[in-house]
Amino acid sequence: MQPLLEQACWDTLYMVGWSTVIAVVGGLPLGILLVLTDRGGLLQNVLANKVIGQIVNVARSMPFIILMVALMSFTRWVTGTTIGREAAIVPLAIGAIPFFARLVETAVREVDGGLVEAVQSMGGNTWTVVRKVLVPESLPSLIASTTTTIVALIGYSAMAGTVGAGGLGDIAIRYGYQRFETELMWLTVAILAVVISLIQFAGDYAARSLHRRGGRSGPGPKLRLLKASTATTKTV
Amino acid sequence: MITTTGLTKVYRSRGREVTALDGVDLHVREGEVYGVIGQSGAGKSSLIRCINLLERPTAGTVTVAGQDLTALAGRGPRAGRELRQARSRIGMVFQHFNLLSSRTVQDNVELPLEILGKSGKERSRKALELLDLVGLADKAKAYPAQLSGGQKQRVGIARALAGDPKVLLSDEATSALDPETTRSILQLLRDLNRQLGLTVLLITHEMDVVKSICDSAALMENGRIVESGTVSELLATPGSELASALFPVGGEASADDRTVVDVTFQGEAATQPVISQLSRTYNIDISILGAAIDTVGGLQVGRMRIELPGRYEDNVVPIGFLREQGLQIDVLGQEPVLLKEGAQL
Repeated sequence: MQPLLEQACWDTLYMVGWSTVIAVVGGLPLGILLVLTDRGGLLQNVLANKVIGQIVNVARSMPFIILMVALMSFTRWVTGTTIGREAAIVPLAIGAIPFFARLVETAVREVDGGLVEAVQSMGGNTWTVVRKVLVPESLPSLIASTTTTIVALIGYSAMAGTVGAGGLGDIAIRYGYQRFETELMWLTVAILAVVISLIQFAGDYAARSLHRRGGRSGPGPKLRLLKASTATTKTV
Repeated sequence: MITTTGLTKVYRSRGREVTALDGVDLHVREGEVYGVIGQSGAGKSSLIRCINLLERPTAGTVTVAGQDLTALAGRGPRAGRELRQARSRIGMVFQHFNLLSSRTVQDNVELPLEILGKSGKERSRKALELLDLVGLADKAKAYPAQLSGGQKQRVGIARALAGDPKVLLSDEATSALDPETTRSILQLLRDLNRQLGLTVLLITHEMDVVKSICDSAALMENGRIVESGTVSELLATPGSELASALFPVGGEASADDRTVVDVTFQGEAATQPVISQLSRTYNIDISILGAAIDTVGGLQVGRMRIELPGRYEDNVVPIGFLREQGLQIDVLGQEPVLLKEGAQL
């Protein structure tokens, strides 16, 4: 039982790890492009914005299990097979790219336009704005978005078990559900809960420590501000 | 140093047109502090953004340090290399500081130098030098969030100076600061103007800013410049709105058949005992409704609102006497009669 679970854990981490890397590499530029090409953006291009936005929307609204089946021939072309953890990475990554791109878009939009203006006034070009302002200033939000994406990918990876990808979700379904080994199922559920909690904790910690350094609009100070203001209204 | 001719900016959105700038001619001389004042919506922000072409003017030209920036801009919406190079030689300070919260104070000041492609050693040397200049040498490693508003603006100013600009644009740089901090930031701008020979164009809605540091000023209304000139020229212009706003004197006429006159003294004229001379020469009683003496743009100026018995027609001679003394006379409720003659002079 133990080697089985251990292997499943590694498979899940392997699939989720690689698909996260690909999702970030693909989704980050896509999300930034969505902001830049929008009306009033630095690379304003309404047509491109509409096209990218539409592709992202369609890909996002597609149920993952259907996306996986629909992508089978593409997966075979890329990895040579449609079975196994490598094959699962393809639909996982493709499903996560638009998901992450939307989160990136929201995060980057939050960056104060005045900072962009400041860099432009120094003679910076669009690339400088992206590198020196948009990415570093939205980094805490980007890390939080990555955490959300990883957690979502762990969910998706269970579905990938249906194409023989392995991993914890696969164990839960095959042993727990189909063979009525309830104990094993609860064990995988527990492991998943622990893994997700750890990832969420690490992500939150990283985002918060960056926020604390920057000190602007972090969740902590905002809450405190709220408390302070209610306190003052009470005394008044 | 900065010249705009016929600068026009029209914003179009969903078929509606808003004219923010309507043929603005501005001339800022080298080494002076020039203030553009106006209410919000008058077009000040559009004007200062058109100077370094953060906003593309719809028509007109902008020349900074002899370089026609509008010609560099090209047709596309993006800034070409030449325009970006020209921008790097124009410093800009913002109302909300616009410092990067993810960078330390020193790294913020180094940012323009990174864009200019300077080496790491040169960047940190220059940044520390500038931080020393603005009095923040000890805050180099702090983050903007740890600074007060005034300190943040000092960092903003240090950053604006990193590219050794000849021109500094200040977009409401003190509007988010308290009066005490405003004074110290204005003092800093004044010092930089004198020490570095920096030409400063600032926009503001606070008359005090113009009063304390500007050599010249312009009043903007509805996208047009309605008055402009050096502070002493403005004070010498009969009926100048800007002059009376710069230097307000209050007081209402005590009865209908009185003439209220604003007398402005400048330089030599301020030393003459004109009021008592007037009283003795024409044997009239003069009441003083309000008076103030102040320094405007480094110039000693006095202004007094006096009341003479009788209507304007009865007081033509005494008012003529005051004018002869080289004083600036505005009769309330009367058209500034000398305006046309003054313009011809």
